[in-house]
Amino acid sequence: MNLNVLIGLAIGLNLVALGSSRLPMLIRSMSAQGVLLGVMPIFLVSEFDWHVALVALATVAGKGLVIPGLLRRAMRAVSIEREVEPIIGFEVSLLLGAGATVGAVVAARWLPLLPEHSGSLLVPGAMATMATGFILLVGRVKAIAQVCGYLILENGIYLFGLTLIKSTPVLVEAGVLLDVTVGVFVIGIIVDRIQRAFDSLDTRKLTALRE
Amino acid sequence: MREVLLIVLPLAGAVAAALWPSDRTRPWLLPAVGGVHLGLCLWLLVRPPVVTPDEWMGFDPLARAVLPGVSLLFFVCATYAVSYLGIRQDRPNRVFVAMLLTVLGLMSAGHQARHLGLLWIGTEAVTLAAVPLLHFNDTPRAFEATWKYLLIGGTGIALSLLGSLCLGYASLHGGGAGDMTFVALTAQGADLSLPWVKIAWVLLLVGYGTKMGLAPMHTWKPEAYGEAPGIVGAILAGGVTTVAFTAILRVRSVVGAAGAGPIADRTLLVIGLFSMLVAAVFLLATRDFKRMLGYSSVEHMGILSIGASLGAAGAWAALFHVWSNSLTKGALFLSAANIRRAAGSASMDAVRGASVFTPRSAAMFVAGMFAVTALPPFGPFFSELRLIRVALGGGHGVAVAIFLSCLLLAFFGITRVVLAIVDGRPRRSARASVTRFAESAGVILPPLAFLGLSLWLGLFTPKVLQDAWSAAALQLFPTR
Repeated sequence: MNLNVLIGLAIGLNLVALGSSRLPMLIRSMSAQGVLLGVMPIFLVSEFDWHVALVALATVAGKGLVIPGLLRRAMRAVSIEREVEPIIGFEVSLLLGAGATVGAVVAARWLPLLPEHSGSLLVPGAMATMATGFILLVGRVKAIAQVCGYLILENGIYLFGLTLIKSTPVLVEAGVLLDVTVGVFVIGIIVDRIQRAFDSLDTRKLTALRE
Repeated sequence: MREVLLIVLPLAGAVAAALWPSDRTRPWLLPAVGGVHLGLCLWLLVRPPVVTPDEWMGFDPLARAVLPGVSLLFFVCATYAVSYLGIRQDRPNRVFVAMLLTVLGLMSAGHQARHLGLLWIGTEAVTLAAVPLLHFNDTPRAFEATWKYLLIGGTGIALSLLGSLCLGYASLHGGGAGDMTFVALTAQGADLSLPWVKIAWVLLLVGYGTKMGLAPMHTWKPEAYGEAPGIVGAILAGGVTTVAFTAILRVRSVVGAAGAGPIADRTLLVIGLFSMLVAAVFLLATRDFKRMLGYSSVEHMGILSIGASLGAAGAWAALFHVWSNSLTKGALFLSAANIRRAAGSASMDAVRGASVFTPRSAAMFVAGMFAVTALPPFGPFFSELRLIRVALGGGHGVAVAIFLSCLLLAFFGITRVVLAIVDGRPRRSARASVTRFAESAGVILPPLAFLGLSLWLGLFTPKVLQDAWSAAALQLFPTR
């Protein structure tokens, strides 16, 4: 299978995430995207390589299983309603996301890229995914939806990081993945505490601190 | 070997703290580990090890110029923590002590990281390890502050990861191997792809600038410092921000080697002045003396950024200011914590007459106020004076004018808050809680030590530190 097809699917999942009105769907599209990202390294290198296989395995496990598992647990533990509650409406989010995708393809033409990357969707896909992450981060009210936005932003960065796959040491990638996973774990705890303290996960209620 | 111990020892201490059975004796691990760490740091300061260029971790001149100061800050805070946690026996401290030690170990790793990826991992890990420290008080306000810290800090740290990758791509595009050690990147120099270097610089400045608390990415700072215990504020303001600052210095050195130094300097100068301006304006408005310390920290991060924009001499002054700012902030955070605990509030609307109910802490708070607003003979006066001289020598007259006006505004803002809570007669409601808080030696000596250190740093800046700062400036701006 061609790498561009996988990236195309990942971009499609961006739009699914933007249009999701319920948290489980949002988490599912985010983790499906993570799995897609995880297998991409195998298509990037010509021959089998332990280093790459290891990264792929760790990413699929981390982004596809551990992180969504942690988020689902946080969601169940606080037994909240599953609606996403947008600040930026779903139609507008989708339009913004589609616009960002087109913009990313155009912008990638302007960037000086190596010949092996200029024909691929890697860089535009990365930019479109990061934009999706930002839209979710600022356009959703529920803490868990914002975390999904943050993770999609991370997915975009990971996609860009694939351009460097041959030169990044496995230790560094493992460290990055570990940090992200621990981050979600910590966020899960905080989400739980916010729910208990404010009796809600609506981040609009976090307004006690201001000048 | 000694430099690895700086990382391993606190992490081992953290494990020990997690397993330690007694809440009462556990806090003693903090000064014990902190003391050994400080001893090692001072030893390394006087007898620096040889760092081979291709090492990923190492006690290089830049780490030598900063890390001993951070260690000193941690140790004094750790002695305060023993009395503080003694007072706060209502809260379990297992996680708090373990995470405080983890933060120390990760800060040591961050300062010594010579690889962009490792540096990022260290900074992100410090950010996460600090989370349980921020909500130690377990109040809704503390969770709100923690959430903002996580979300803003997390986004910033994501951008710095993207920036690191862009810098790696700059190397790849320029025909290099994509090696992300600072030494390799600097060696590639002008061969790095310039457009990617510029993109990387913007992302890394915004990313690590968020962690430092430069405006306009500073918004987590007053919330976090306002709600966290005083020692946590001091360690964040003087230690964790320093990791981000040295990260920016290291990246700046690569950008300079690639030939984009003037652009980097201009952005650092502008963002520094903007931070000072924003901080000065908010200092004039805030009514909470712990949030005030947050804005003051934003101001001083701005000063560091300006120092970083002024070449080798400016970097020297900035490193000096790292020391004087962290030690002075230590005195302010700890004395403010005493007043806050005695008065039961941190708002100047609720607290009055601190000089009556906590006379010693109030006196130190006022002295710290003079120190942080750069009155002689404290450390910040000398480091800021140095910086102004360098800036004038470099022909940045307008910048110096803005710098001085911001200092003046900040002075008005800080004195307004401090004098309002120190002066006057205590409210009746405050008198009830005051009786429970005694100004014991354990909570008085640490801030006093910070004041003494700030004074000593200003009056007798030790030769070994000056040499360390010169060596670091040379590392950042090699003379060809």
